[in-house]
Amino acid sequence: MVEVNLHGRALSTVISLRQVTELREWQYRPTISRLTIGAGVPYAQMESGEIARLVPALSQAARTVGSPQIRAAGTLGGNLGTCSPAGDGLPVLAALDAIIHVIGPDGARDIEWADFMVGVKKNSLLPGEFVHSVSLPVLEGWQGYAKVGTRNAMVIATASACLVRDSDEGLVTVALGAVGPTVIRCRQAEKWLASTIDLRHGAALDADIANEFGRRVRLEALPIDDHRSTAEYRRHAVGVLATRLLVRSFA
Amino acid sequence: MSTSDTNTSANEMYTLRVNGRDCDVQDAWIGESLLYVLRERLGLPGSKGACEQGECGSCTVIMDGSAVCSCLVLAASATGSDIHTVEGLSPDGSLTDVQSAFLEAGGVQCGFCTPGFIVAVHHLLEEIPDPSEEAIREALSGNICRCTGYGRILEAVQIVAAQRRGTV
Repeated sequence: MVEVNLHGRALSTVISLRQVTELREWQYRPTISRLTIGAGVPYAQMESGEIARLVPALSQAARTVGSPQIRAAGTLGGNLGTCSPAGDGLPVLAALDAIIHVIGPDGARDIEWADFMVGVKKNSLLPGEFVHSVSLPVLEGWQGYAKVGTRNAMVIATASACLVRDSDEGLVTVALGAVGPTVIRCRQAEKWLASTIDLRHGAALDADIANEFGRRVRLEALPIDDHRSTAEYRRHAVGVLATRLLVRSFA
Repeated sequence: MSTSDTNTSANEMYTLRVNGRDCDVQDAWIGESLLYVLRERLGLPGSKGACEQGECGSCTVIMDGSAVCSCLVLAASATGSDIHTVEGLSPDGSLTDVQSAFLEAGGVQCGFCTPGFIVAVHHLLEEIPDPSEEAIREALSGNICRCTGYGRILEAVQIVAAQRRGTV
C-alpha cells in the first residue's frame, strides 16, 4: 500500500487474502516439536500467549515491529515477501532454520530458510508462488532477540540479532539482521563456540569467551554505510548484541 | 500477469461496514486506501492523512477489534470487516471523556494528530482500563505528535483512567 500511496504503483489484478482464514492460523505439533505459523498471522498474535511461550525469540522480535497499529497488520508472510535484510522476523527464522511452505501453480514445496533469502529484497519464490506458512522447531533452551534502532518504537533495525541455544543438542545459533545483503548466520562463530565450551545445561560462561564470541560474530557481518548508520557502528553493534544475548543465555 | 491490463479505471463497487452502518462505495479505483475512501467517499474526514505509510498513526481506525492504520488497508479488501472511526466514538457529536480530557490537559495544539490519538486511547482503555505509564506509552507508540511533546497527552490518558476508576 505504501507503493500505491506514495509511488503511484499501478495495479493489475488484485487478490485479497484477508478472508482466507487458513493463512491466519497457526498450529503446534508437540509430537514433532514444531510450530507452523500461517503467512497471514499478524505480529500482534505472536507478542504474547502460546506462540510466545513456544518460541520466545519470535515474540521478542514481534514486539519490536513498528507500532501496535503495524503489529495488527504485519505478518511473517510480509517479512518474507519483502525480504529486507532488516525485517524483524527474519533473524529468528534464520537462527531456527525455519522452513518456508510455499504454494504455486505447480503445487506445494518447502524451501529451507538458507535457500529462501538470496539478496536484498530478493527471495527464491518463483512467479505465481506465495508463502503459505512457516514452520519452526520448538526447542529447549534460552533464545532471544535484540534490535538497535534510533528510537524505541516505529523504527527499522540499524542492527539486529537473534541467538538460540538448543540445550538438548548443545548448540548455539546466531543470526544478524541489517548488516548484510541477506540475514547472516554466523556459522564460524557458532562452530568456534561449540568447540570451546560445553553448551549444555549447567555449563558456565566466562567473560573472555563471551567477548571473543562477539568479536568473531563481528567478523562475519557485512554492513554498509547508509543514511541510517555506518558500517563501523553496525559492526560494533552486532558484536555487542551477540555478546549480550550469549551472556543472557547463560544467566 | 500482463502489464497491459493495468487497472486505472474507477468502476469498483463494494460495501463497507463503518460505525455500525453499511456504506456503499461506488465508482472507486481498486487501489484506494481505506483512509481515502473514508475521507473522500464516505464523508468521514476525521481520520487524517499525513504520512500515508503507516508511520504517524493519524489515520488510525479500529478494524475487527484492532487499531490499524487505514492508509495501509486496501479499502476494497475491507468488505466484511467491522470498522470504527473517530466519528463513531460519539454519534451525536458530543465530546467523549477522552476528548474532554485532552482539552483539559492541554493535549491539543494543532489538532492534526488528535483524532488518531483519540481512537488509540479509547482502544487502549477498553483493553487496559488502568494502564501503567509504560503501557500507555507502548499503546500510543504508533501515534506521532509534533506539537505537544506528549507529556500532556499522557496526562490526558491518566485523567480519563482515574475518572473511569472513580478516583478523581
